[in-house]
Amino acid sequence: MTVNRALPAPSRRFVRSGHDVRRMRMDQVVYGLALAAGLTCIVPLGAVILFVTANGIGALNLDLLTKAPRALGTGGGAVTAILGSLQLVALASLMAIPIGVLAGVYVNEFSGRRPARLIRFAADVLVGVPSILVGIFVFTFLVLPFRQYNAFAGSVALAVIMVPVIARTTEETLKLVPMTLREASLALGVPVWRSVVSVVLRAGLPGILTGVMLAVARAAGETAPLLFTALGSRLVNVGDLGQPMDALPLFIYANARQPYPVLNQQAWGAAFLLLLFVLTVNVLVRARSWGHRRA
Amino acid sequence: MPTDLVPPSAVVAPEPPVTGAAAAGAAVGAATPGRLEIRGLSCWYGTFRAVRDVDLEIRPHAVTAIIGPSGCGKSTVLRALNRMHELVPGARVEGTALLDGIDIYGPEVDPVQLRRVVGMVFQRPNPFPTMSIYDNVAAGLRLTGRWSRAQLDEVVERSLRRAALWDEVKDKLRQGGTSLSGGQQQRLCIARALAVDPEVILMDEPASALDPIATLRIEELIAELRRNYTIVIVTHNMQQAARVSDRTAFFSMAEDRAGYLVEVGETGQIFTNPREQLTEDYISGRFG
Repeated sequence: MTVNRALPAPSRRFVRSGHDVRRMRMDQVVYGLALAAGLTCIVPLGAVILFVTANGIGALNLDLLTKAPRALGTGGGAVTAILGSLQLVALASLMAIPIGVLAGVYVNEFSGRRPARLIRFAADVLVGVPSILVGIFVFTFLVLPFRQYNAFAGSVALAVIMVPVIARTTEETLKLVPMTLREASLALGVPVWRSVVSVVLRAGLPGILTGVMLAVARAAGETAPLLFTALGSRLVNVGDLGQPMDALPLFIYANARQPYPVLNQQAWGAAFLLLLFVLTVNVLVRARSWGHRRA
Repeated sequence: MPTDLVPPSAVVAPEPPVTGAAAAGAAVGAATPGRLEIRGLSCWYGTFRAVRDVDLEIRPHAVTAIIGPSGCGKSTVLRALNRMHELVPGARVEGTALLDGIDIYGPEVDPVQLRRVVGMVFQRPNPFPTMSIYDNVAAGLRLTGRWSRAQLDEVVERSLRRAALWDEVKDKLRQGGTSLSGGQQQRLCIARALAVDPEVILMDEPASALDPIATLRIEELIAELRRNYTIVIVTHNMQQAARVSDRTAFFSMAEDRAGYLVEVGETGQIFTNPREQLTEDYISGRFG
């Protein structure tokens, strides 16, 4: 080998050393821990779904869906609770959706910055208020004065839970509607209210629907606000808002505490129904938003 | 939402005379409607005066270009002419702007009605994303009154023809407005503005978001539209101003950051023989 000039020795810095091997091992350990932590978030959901499904699917039968509870826990079904939940949530939605959407519209489209901050703050706090307090609050002015637990009070309590959720998602959605759309509409000589309804709300509709569905799912699963209001009932109540009414969460709560295995079974069945409803709504919502991201 | 639309037949005359409110206004005297006279106009954002004491006459059925460096208040003046300026919280206007002799800031003028007479096209094409091509053009009418399907069909076709878009979209009127290319979207927005039968069309840098070919088509369209409409166009592109406008107004910014009108004149004069040194410096690229 004849070399005229001295070339620098080739660098070997990029060849793996013992230090690098230790670092890579450390990397794997931390990666594993992070993965485990991530999985831990999935496990409870999976466990709940598996558990409720395993115990509940066997309890699901025509009687559960069609019959009222019978005395002394000899059989019957959960039709009281199913019909009750449907009515309570429907009535609560009827109250909460207009109020929530309008509140969100007001905050994003009309109010100044200060009122907006106040309303937003109030809504955020209200979301965080323990739901049993909502129940007690409604109890004091819709149950106590009438000396009667009633379904109307129950749906009002659920509406109080739903309003802030809907108001906030509406506001967040409308915030994403570009200013240029409002301007485009106003520049055509469209009145402000009409622009809001036909252009802004229409553009935000998918997001608002998402918020509404999540609020409905949340209300359907709430137990505490109903304890002091709708109370629960073993009679089929269709349309009598002045009387107590059953709901799936109340039915589960009541029957799970009974000493009769038949009733415990019914509670599992009802739990499965409730889970099915909430999961369906959530999956629908996710599917919608996925579809939109792609579009 | 009806989906059974048959594209309107092509028998509608492409250039029917302007009808309705515009015609009524035109009957007064022989003057062409759409003349704007801006007198002592100042525009404020809160305590900041963005535009100071503008006196500017805008000739009817001609293209007036507003040019000037960034921040000199070109867009603000434009938006004051259909009272869009005041939609910004804290924004207000002093002075007067007469449209065919009526002060648009006078007590008897409703800004919502005014915006139907003074239409606007924005920098970025902004068709309504939830609406089809047809619905976009019909939006201004649908959202302000009741119209029969036949009336809408006619207006939509006429507006799209005037915006030189009809041939490209006549077979897909039901498709979303945002499915079009950027240049087509901008022409769709022009058609949408034409559909409510304006006299004046304000254009705020209408081609700055478009490629050169699409820009050319918009400029050709502007040349076409000036026969029937008064056009005021804000542009930061001096070549564009020189190409499309009959008159050019040059704005600049004073020490206190307030924009003001330096001079206005025939476009040829402004670009070849400006009266003000400042204008010459700007158009020769020495500042701005």
